Amino acid sequence: MSEKVIVDARGAFCPGPLMELIATLKNVAVGDEVDVWSTDKGSVTDIPEWCKKVKHECVGVVEQQGYWSVLVRKAK
Amino acid sequence: MAKQVLIIGGGVAGTIIANGLARQTRSELAAGAVTITMIGDTDKHMYQPGLLYVPFGKMRESELFRDQRKVLDKRIAFFVDPARKIDVEAKSVTTASGKTFTYDYLVIATGSRIRPDTIPGMSEGAHWFYDLDGARKLRDALNAFQGGKVIINVNAPHKCPVAPVEVTLMLREFFIARGVMDKTEITYTYPIGRLHGLEPVANWAVPEFQKHGIKSETFFNTKSVDPEARTITSEEGVTLPYDLLITIPPHSGAQVITDSQLGAGGWVPTNKQTLLREGSDNVFIVGDTTNIPISKAGSTAHFEADTVVDNLASLLKEQRWSRNYDGKVYCFIETGLTTGTYIMFNYTTPPNPGPPSAMVHWLKLGYNRMYWLSARGLL
Repeated sequence: MSEKVIVDARGAFCPGPLMELIATLKNVAVGDEVDVWSTDKGSVTDIPEWCKKVKHECVGVVEQQGYWSVLVRKAK
Repeated sequence: MAKQVLIIGGGVAGTIIANGLARQTRSELAAGAVTITMIGDTDKHMYQPGLLYVPFGKMRESELFRDQRKVLDKRIAFFVDPARKIDVEAKSVTTASGKTFTYDYLVIATGSRIRPDTIPGMSEGAHWFYDLDGARKLRDALNAFQGGKVIINVNAPHKCPVAPVEVTLMLREFFIARGVMDKTEITYTYPIGRLHGLEPVANWAVPEFQKHGIKSETFFNTKSVDPEARTITSEEGVTLPYDLLITIPPHSGAQVITDSQLGAGGWVPTNKQTLLREGSDNVFIVGDTTNIPISKAGSTAHFEADTVVDNLASLLKEQRWSRNYDGKVYCFIETGLTTGTYIMFNYTTPPNPGPPSAMVHWLKLGYNRMYWLSARGLL
Protein backbone atom coordinates (compact mmCIF):
# COMPACT_ATOMS: atom_id res chain seq x y z
CA MET A 1 0.00 0.00 0.00
CA SER A 2 1.44 3.36 -1.01
CA GLU A 3 2.22 5.97 1.60
CA LYS A 4 2.21 9.74 1.69
CA VAL A 5 5.08 11.69 3.21
CA ILE A 6 4.78 15.39 4.01
CA VAL A 7 7.84 17.57 3.54
CA ASP A 8 7.20 20.80 5.41
CA ALA A 9 9.68 23.10 3.67
CA ARG A 10 7.79 26.28 4.50
CA GLY A 11 10.26 29.07 5.08
CA ALA A 12 13.19 26.87 4.04
CA PHE A 13 15.87 29.00 2.42
CA CYS A 14 18.52 26.28 2.21
CA PRO A 15 18.64 23.76 0.69
CA GLY A 16 15.10 24.59 -0.40
CA PRO A 17 11.88 22.69 -1.21
CA LEU A 18 13.03 20.99 -4.44
CA MET A 19 16.26 19.75 -2.85
CA GLU A 20 14.21 18.43 0.07
CA LEU A 21 11.92 16.64 -2.39
CA ILE A 22 14.86 15.06 -4.25
CA ALA A 23 16.35 13.85 -0.97
CA THR A 24 13.02 12.50 0.29
CA LEU A 25 12.25 10.61 -2.92
CA LYS A 26 15.39 8.52 -2.30
CA ASN A 27 13.84 7.16 0.89
CA VAL A 28 10.33 6.25 -0.31
CA ALA A 29 9.01 3.41 -2.45
CA VAL A 30 7.81 3.61 -6.05
CA GLY A 31 4.15 4.64 -5.94
CA ASP A 32 4.51 6.59 -2.68
CA GLU A 33 3.54 10.25 -2.66
CA VAL A 34 5.49 13.19 -1.31
CA ASP A 35 3.55 16.34 -0.45
CA VAL A 36 5.92 19.32 -0.45
CA TRP A 37 4.73 22.37 1.48
CA SER A 38 6.48 25.49 0.30
CA THR A 39 6.19 29.22 0.87
CA ASP A 40 8.40 29.80 -2.18
CA LYS A 41 6.14 30.45 -5.18
CA GLY A 42 8.99 29.19 -7.39
CA SER A 43 8.15 25.67 -6.19
CA VAL A 44 4.90 25.86 -8.17
CA THR A 45 6.92 25.83 -11.38
CA ASP A 46 10.31 24.29 -10.58
CA ILE A 47 8.99 21.11 -8.92
CA PRO A 48 6.65 20.20 -11.84
CA GLU A 49 9.43 21.13 -14.30
CA TRP A 50 11.89 18.79 -12.58
CA CYS A 51 9.31 16.00 -12.30
CA LYS A 52 8.71 16.22 -16.04
CA LYS A 53 12.44 15.94 -16.73
CA VAL A 54 12.99 12.85 -14.55
CA LYS A 55 9.55 11.34 -15.21
CA HIS A 56 8.09 11.40 -11.72
CA GLU A 57 4.40 12.28 -11.61
CA CYS A 58 3.36 15.71 -10.37
CA VAL A 59 -0.13 14.93 -9.10
CA GLY A 60 -1.20 18.47 -8.35
CA VAL A 61 -0.48 21.91 -6.98
CA VAL A 62 -2.85 23.41 -4.43
CA GLU A 63 -2.63 26.87 -2.92
CA GLN A 64 -3.26 26.64 0.81
CA GLN A 65 -3.42 29.46 3.32
CA GLY A 66 0.00 31.09 3.00
CA TYR A 67 1.77 28.24 1.23
CA TRP A 68 1.62 25.87 -1.72
CA SER A 69 1.17 22.11 -1.54
CA VAL A 70 2.87 20.27 -4.41
CA LEU A 71 2.05 16.56 -4.54
CA VAL A 72 4.50 14.24 -6.32
CA ARG A 73 4.22 10.50 -6.88
CA LYS A 74 7.47 8.52 -7.22
CA ALA A 75 7.24 6.80 -10.59
CA LYS A 76 10.49 4.84 -10.86
CA MET B 1 19.15 9.89 42.09
CA ALA B 2 21.29 11.69 39.51
CA LYS B 3 19.68 12.91 36.31
CA GLN B 4 21.49 11.17 33.46
CA VAL B 5 22.24 13.02 30.21
CA LEU B 6 23.43 10.74 27.45
CA ILE B 7 24.91 12.15 24.23
CA ILE B 8 25.40 9.94 21.19
CA GLY B 9 28.00 11.36 18.81
CA GLY B 10 31.25 13.26 19.38
CA GLY B 11 31.10 15.65 16.43
CA VAL B 12 30.61 19.40 16.61
CA ALA B 13 27.06 19.32 18.01
CA GLY B 14 27.57 16.55 20.56
CA THR B 15 30.83 18.03 21.80
CA ILE B 16 29.52 21.60 22.16
CA ILE B 17 26.51 20.30 24.06
CA ALA B 18 28.57 18.11 26.38
CA ASN B 19 31.07 20.86 27.20
CA GLY B 20 28.48 23.65 27.40
CA LEU B 21 26.26 21.62 29.69
CA ALA B 22 29.21 20.68 31.93
CA ARG B 23 29.97 24.38 32.36
CA GLN B 24 26.35 25.30 33.08
CA THR B 25 25.72 22.44 35.54
CA ARG B 26 29.02 22.70 37.40
CA SER B 27 27.48 22.59 40.86
CA GLU B 28 25.01 19.81 40.00
CA LEU B 29 27.85 17.68 38.59
CA ALA B 30 29.93 18.28 41.73
CA ALA B 31 26.97 17.31 43.93
CA GLY B 32 26.27 14.16 41.95
CA ALA B 33 22.83 15.42 40.94
CA VAL B 34 23.64 15.28 37.19
CA THR B 35 25.84 13.02 35.07
CA ILE B 36 26.90 13.65 31.47
CA THR B 37 27.95 10.70 29.33
CA MET B 38 29.06 10.69 25.70
CA ILE B 39 29.39 7.64 23.47
CA GLY B 40 31.19 8.07 20.15
CA ASP B 41 32.70 6.15 17.24
CA THR B 42 36.28 7.40 17.57
CA ASP B 43 38.74 8.89 20.06
CA LYS B 44 39.70 11.58 17.51
CA HIS B 45 37.75 14.78 16.90
CA MET B 46 37.98 16.03 13.32
CA TYR B 47 37.48 19.63 12.18
CA GLN B 48 35.59 18.61 9.06
CA PRO B 49 35.57 22.02 7.27
CA GLY B 50 39.36 21.74 7.12
CA LEU B 51 39.01 18.92 4.58
CA LEU B 52 38.27 21.56 1.91
CA TYR B 53 41.83 22.86 2.23
CA VAL B 54 43.66 19.50 2.20
CA PRO B 55 43.53 18.87 -1.60
CA PHE B 56 45.04 22.31 -2.19
CA GLY B 57 47.85 21.79 0.32
CA LYS B 58 46.49 24.62 2.45
CA MET B 59 45.99 22.55 5.61
CA ARG B 60 47.99 19.71 7.04
CA GLU B 61 46.19 16.53 8.05
CA SER B 62 47.49 16.86 11.63
CA GLU B 63 45.76 20.25 11.90
CA LEU B 64 42.35 18.59 11.48
CA PHE B 65 42.48 16.40 14.57
CA ARG B 66 42.53 16.60 18.36
CA ASP B 67 42.12 13.86 20.94
CA GLN B 68 38.45 13.85 21.86
CA ARG B 69 39.23 13.27 25.53
CA LYS B 70 41.30 16.46 25.56
CA VAL B 71 38.54 18.43 23.82
CA LEU B 72 35.96 17.26 26.37
CA ASP B 73 35.53 18.64 29.89
CA LYS B 74 37.02 16.15 32.36
CA ARG B 75 33.68 15.78 34.15
CA ILE B 76 32.16 14.12 31.07
CA ALA B 77 32.27 10.32 30.95
CA PHE B 78 33.40 9.44 27.41
CA PHE B 79 33.27 5.99 25.83
CA VAL B 80 34.47 4.97 22.37
CA ASP B 81 31.73 2.44 21.84
CA PRO B 82 29.45 3.02 18.84
CA ALA B 83 25.70 3.00 19.48
CA ARG B 84 23.93 0.10 17.77
CA LYS B 85 20.35 0.39 19.00
CA ILE B 86 18.43 3.32 20.43
CA ASP B 87 15.23 2.48 22.28
CA VAL B 88 13.36 5.70 23.05
CA GLU B 89 10.53 3.79 24.77
CA ALA B 90 12.84 1.97 27.19
CA LYS B 91 15.10 5.04 27.44
CA SER B 92 18.19 2.98 26.70
CA VAL B 93 21.00 2.73 24.16
CA THR B 94 22.89 -0.46 23.38
CA THR B 95 26.45 -0.24 22.04
CA ALA B 96 28.81 -2.32 19.90
CA SER B 97 30.47 -3.80 23.00
CA GLY B 98 27.10 -4.95 24.34
CA LYS B 99 26.80 -2.32 27.08
CA THR B 100 23.46 -0.69 27.77
CA PHE B 101 23.29 2.98 28.73
CA THR B 102 20.15 4.44 30.26
CA TYR B 103 19.19 8.11 30.34
CA ASP B 104 16.77 10.76 31.53
CA TYR B 105 17.66 13.04 28.62
CA LEU B 106 19.11 11.82 25.33
CA VAL B 107 20.90 13.88 22.68
CA ILE B 108 21.26 12.21 19.28
CA ALA B 109 24.06 13.82 17.29
CA THR B 110 25.09 10.97 15.04
CA GLY B 111 25.60 13.13 11.94
CA SER B 112 25.66 12.17 8.30
CA ARG B 113 27.95 10.17 6.02
CA ILE B 114 28.79 10.21 2.34
CA ARG B 115 27.26 7.47 0.21
CA PRO B 116 29.07 7.30 -3.16
CA ASP B 117 28.21 3.58 -3.04
CA THR B 118 24.56 4.40 -3.77
CA ILE B 119 25.34 5.56 -7.33
CA PRO B 120 26.74 3.01 -9.80
CA GLY B 121 30.36 3.74 -10.72
CA MET B 122 30.75 6.74 -8.42
CA SER B 123 33.12 5.11 -5.91
CA GLU B 124 35.40 3.94 -8.71
CA GLY B 125 35.20 6.93 -11.03
CA ALA B 126 34.98 9.99 -8.82
CA HIS B 127 37.06 11.96 -6.36
CA TRP B 128 35.72 13.80 -3.32
CA PHE B 129 37.01 15.68 -0.30
CA TYR B 130 34.29 14.97 2.28
CA ASP B 131 36.44 12.45 4.15
CA LEU B 132 40.18 12.27 4.81
CA ASP B 133 40.90 9.41 2.45
CA GLY B 134 39.02 11.15 -0.36
CA ALA B 135 40.80 14.46 0.31
CA ARG B 136 44.19 12.70 0.18
CA LYS B 137 43.38 11.05 -3.15
CA LEU B 138 42.05 14.30 -4.59
CA ARG B 139 45.23 16.09 -3.49
CA ASP B 140 47.29 13.54 -5.46
CA ALA B 141 44.98 13.83 -8.47
CA LEU B 142 45.18 17.63 -8.50
CA ASN B 143 48.95 17.59 -8.29
CA ALA B 144 49.12 15.18 -11.24
CA PHE B 145 46.47 16.97 -13.32
CA GLN B 146 47.80 18.35 -16.63
CA GLY B 147 44.59 19.86 -17.99
CA GLY B 148 41.30 18.61 -19.42
CA LYS B 149 37.62 18.52 -18.53
CA VAL B 150 36.87 18.87 -14.82
CA ILE B 151 33.39 18.28 -13.45
CA ILE B 152 32.26 19.41 -10.01
CA ASN B 153 29.20 17.25 -9.42
CA VAL B 154 26.78 18.02 -6.59
CA ASN B 155 24.26 15.49 -5.28
CA ALA B 156 21.34 15.68 -2.85
CA PRO B 157 21.25 15.57 0.06
CA HIS B 158 24.67 16.81 1.12
CA LYS B 159 26.18 18.70 3.99
CA CYS B 160 28.01 22.01 3.91
CA PRO B 161 26.01 23.42 0.98
CA VAL B 162 28.49 26.18 0.15
CA ALA B 163 31.50 23.83 -0.14
CA PRO B 164 30.77 22.93 -3.81
CA VAL B 165 30.86 26.61 -4.82
CA GLU B 166 33.98 27.15 -2.73
CA VAL B 167 35.90 24.21 -4.20
CA THR B 168 34.95 25.31 -7.74
CA LEU B 169 36.31 28.83 -7.29
CA MET B 170 39.38 27.62 -5.35
CA LEU B 171 40.09 25.01 -8.02
CA ARG B 172 40.21 27.62 -10.76
CA GLU B 173 42.82 29.67 -8.89
CA PHE B 174 44.77 26.52 -8.04
CA PHE B 175 44.91 25.56 -11.74
CA ILE B 176 45.97 29.10 -12.70
CA ALA B 177 48.81 28.90 -10.15
CA ARG B 178 49.86 25.53 -11.58
CA GLY B 179 49.74 26.91 -15.14
CA VAL B 180 47.14 24.43 -16.42
CA MET B 181 43.97 26.53 -16.41
CA ASP B 182 44.36 27.48 -20.09
CA LYS B 183 44.11 23.76 -20.92
CA THR B 184 41.21 23.16 -18.52
CA GLU B 185 37.44 23.44 -18.70
CA ILE B 186 35.45 23.40 -15.43
CA THR B 187 31.77 22.39 -15.40
CA TYR B 188 29.62 22.57 -12.27
CA THR B 189 26.50 20.41 -12.03
CA TYR B 190 23.67 20.99 -9.55
CA PRO B 191 20.49 19.01 -8.75
CA ILE B 192 17.98 21.87 -9.10
CA GLY B 193 17.40 24.56 -11.70
CA ARG B 194 19.93 27.07 -10.35
CA LEU B 195 23.52 27.04 -9.07
CA HIS B 196 22.73 26.79 -5.35
CA GLY B 197 19.84 25.91 -3.03
CA LEU B 198 19.92 29.43 -1.61
CA GLU B 199 18.58 31.73 -4.29
CA PRO B 200 20.72 34.74 -3.24
CA VAL B 201 23.86 32.56 -3.38
CA ALA B 202 22.78 31.17 -6.75
CA ASN B 203 22.23 34.70 -8.08
CA TRP B 204 25.63 35.73 -6.76
CA ALA B 205 27.35 32.66 -8.26
CA VAL B 206 26.04 33.19 -11.80
CA PRO B 207 28.18 36.27 -12.65
CA GLU B 208 31.11 34.84 -10.65
CA PHE B 209 31.07 31.68 -12.75
CA GLN B 210 30.49 33.57 -16.01
CA LYS B 211 33.36 35.96 -15.26
CA HIS B 212 35.72 33.00 -14.83
CA GLY B 213 34.42 30.90 -17.73
CA ILE B 214 33.04 28.17 -15.46
CA LYS B 215 30.28 26.23 -17.21
CA SER B 216 27.23 24.85 -15.46
CA GLU B 217 24.61 22.14 -15.93
CA THR B 218 21.55 22.51 -13.71
CA PHE B 219 18.78 19.95 -13.08
CA PHE B 220 21.53 17.30 -12.91
CA ASN B 221 20.92 14.41 -10.49
CA THR B 222 23.50 11.71 -10.97
CA LYS B 223 22.23 8.38 -12.24
CA SER B 224 25.57 6.68 -12.91
CA VAL B 225 29.27 7.14 -13.54
CA ASP B 226 31.18 5.14 -16.14
CA PRO B 227 34.80 5.07 -14.91
CA GLU B 228 36.13 3.44 -18.11
CA ALA B 229 34.42 5.73 -20.59
CA ARG B 230 34.93 8.63 -18.15
CA THR B 231 31.38 9.88 -18.41
CA ILE B 232 28.73 10.86 -15.90
CA THR B 233 25.01 10.59 -16.67
CA SER B 234 22.08 12.28 -14.98
CA GLU B 235 18.55 11.10 -14.21
CA GLU B 236 17.49 13.97 -16.48
CA GLY B 237 19.20 12.25 -19.44
CA VAL B 238 22.39 14.31 -19.87
CA THR B 239 25.81 12.65 -20.26
CA LEU B 240 29.01 14.62 -19.75
CA PRO B 241 32.60 13.49 -20.45
CA TYR B 242 35.28 14.15 -17.84
CA ASP B 243 39.01 13.82 -17.23
CA LEU B 244 38.69 14.62 -13.53
CA LEU B 245 35.41 14.12 -11.67
CA ILE B 246 35.03 15.73 -8.24
CA THR B 247 31.75 14.80 -6.64
CA ILE B 248 29.86 15.90 -3.57
CA PRO B 249 28.32 12.47 -2.95
CA PRO B 250 24.77 12.01 -1.70
CA HIS B 251 24.60 11.65 2.08
CA SER B 252 22.58 9.56 4.48
CA GLY B 253 22.24 9.59 8.24
CA ALA B 254 23.85 7.12 10.62
CA GLN B 255 23.10 3.42 10.37
CA VAL B 256 22.02 3.30 14.02
CA ILE B 257 19.13 5.65 13.19
CA THR B 258 17.69 3.40 10.50
CA ASP B 259 18.46 0.26 12.54
CA SER B 260 16.53 1.78 15.45
CA GLN B 261 13.68 2.76 13.10
CA LEU B 262 13.94 6.40 14.13
CA GLY B 263 13.80 7.88 10.64
CA ALA B 264 14.01 7.06 6.94
CA GLY B 265 17.45 7.64 5.45
CA GLY B 266 18.88 8.15 8.93
CA TRP B 267 17.15 11.52 9.39
CA VAL B 268 15.06 11.81 12.55
CA PRO B 269 11.75 13.72 12.43
CA THR B 270 12.46 16.75 14.61
CA ASN B 271 10.54 19.82 15.74
CA LYS B 272 12.35 22.68 14.02
CA GLN B 273 11.98 25.03 17.01
CA THR B 274 12.36 22.83 20.08
CA LEU B 275 14.79 20.36 18.42
CA LEU B 276 12.95 17.61 20.26
CA ARG B 277 12.30 14.36 18.42
CA GLU B 278 8.70 14.32 17.20
CA GLY B 279 6.82 12.30 19.84
CA SER B 280 9.45 12.65 22.60
CA ASP B 281 9.89 15.21 25.35
CA ASN B 282 13.32 14.03 26.48
CA VAL B 283 15.13 13.26 23.19
CA PHE B 284 16.94 16.11 21.46
CA ILE B 285 18.12 15.79 17.86
CA VAL B 286 20.90 18.07 16.60
CA GLY B 287 23.10 18.74 13.60
CA ASP B 288 22.89 16.70 10.42
CA THR B 289 20.74 14.05 12.14
CA THR B 290 17.53 16.12 12.02
CA ASN B 291 15.08 16.06 9.13
CA ILE B 292 14.61 19.84 9.43
CA PRO B 293 14.68 21.50 5.98
CA ILE B 294 17.77 23.53 6.79
CA SER B 295 21.45 23.40 5.76
CA LYS B 296 23.31 20.40 7.07
CA ALA B 297 26.40 22.28 8.21
CA GLY B 298 28.74 22.72 11.15
CA SER B 299 27.35 26.18 11.71
CA THR B 300 23.79 24.84 11.94
CA ALA B 301 24.96 22.18 14.38
CA HIS B 302 26.78 24.81 16.44
CA PHE B 303 23.79 27.16 16.84
CA GLU B 304 21.39 24.28 17.44
CA ALA B 305 23.77 22.96 20.10
CA ASP B 306 23.81 26.32 21.89
CA THR B 307 20.00 26.15 22.08
CA VAL B 308 20.03 22.60 23.42
CA VAL B 309 22.61 23.52 26.08
CA ASP B 310 20.35 26.30 27.36
CA ASN B 311 17.28 24.10 27.35
CA LEU B 312 18.92 21.09 28.98
CA ALA B 313 20.51 23.28 31.65
CA SER B 314 17.18 24.98 32.38
CA LEU B 315 15.32 21.67 32.50
CA LEU B 316 17.89 20.13 34.83
CA LYS B 317 18.27 23.13 37.13
CA GLU B 318 14.82 24.77 37.06
CA GLN B 319 12.48 22.28 35.35
CA ARG B 320 11.55 24.85 32.71
CA TRP B 321 12.07 25.47 28.99
CA SER B 322 14.56 28.15 27.98
CA ARG B 323 14.25 29.11 24.32
CA ASN B 324 13.51 27.87 20.83
CA TYR B 325 15.96 27.54 17.93
CA ASP B 326 15.42 30.34 15.41
CA GLY B 327 17.10 28.64 12.45
CA LYS B 328 20.31 30.65 12.70
CA VAL B 329 23.06 29.67 10.27
CA TYR B 330 26.30 31.54 9.52
CA CYS B 331 28.61 30.28 6.79
CA PHE B 332 31.87 31.60 5.45
CA ILE B 333 32.25 31.17 1.68
CA GLU B 334 35.74 30.98 0.19
CA THR B 335 35.59 32.66 -3.24
CA GLY B 336 39.12 31.69 -4.25
CA LEU B 337 42.40 31.07 -2.50
CA THR B 338 42.71 34.63 -1.16
CA THR B 339 39.17 36.07 -0.86
CA GLY B 340 35.93 35.14 0.86
CA THR B 341 32.44 36.26 1.80
CA TYR B 342 29.77 35.04 4.21
CA ILE B 343 26.05 34.48 4.60
CA MET B 344 23.85 34.58 7.67
CA PHE B 345 20.19 33.67 7.82
CA ASN B 346 17.48 32.17 10.00
CA TYR B 347 13.93 30.87 9.56
CA THR B 348 12.57 34.33 8.76
CA THR B 349 15.49 36.31 7.30
CA PRO B 350 17.03 35.26 3.97
CA PRO B 351 20.79 35.45 3.37
CA ASN B 352 22.48 38.16 1.37
CA PRO B 353 26.11 37.44 0.42
CA GLY B 354 28.30 40.53 0.22
CA PRO B 355 31.18 41.27 -2.14
CA PRO B 356 34.20 38.98 -1.58
CA SER B 357 37.12 40.42 0.37
CA ALA B 358 40.52 39.35 1.65
CA MET B 359 39.44 40.25 5.18
CA VAL B 360 36.64 37.67 5.28
CA HIS B 361 39.03 35.05 3.89
CA TRP B 362 41.43 35.76 6.77
CA LEU B 363 38.53 35.60 9.24
CA LYS B 364 37.73 32.14 7.89
CA LEU B 365 41.34 31.05 8.27
CA GLY B 366 41.24 32.45 11.80
CA TYR B 367 38.09 30.50 12.58
CA ASN B 368 39.78 27.32 11.31
CA ARG B 369 42.00 27.72 14.40
CA MET B 370 39.39 29.13 16.77
CA TYR B 371 37.05 26.19 16.11
CA TRP B 372 38.63 24.34 19.01
CA LEU B 373 37.33 27.04 21.35
CA SER B 374 33.82 26.52 19.91
CA ALA B 375 34.08 22.77 20.46
CA ARG B 376 35.05 23.42 24.07
CA GLY B 377 31.94 25.54 24.49
CA LEU B 378 33.91 28.76 24.95
CA LEU B 379 33.14 30.63 21.70
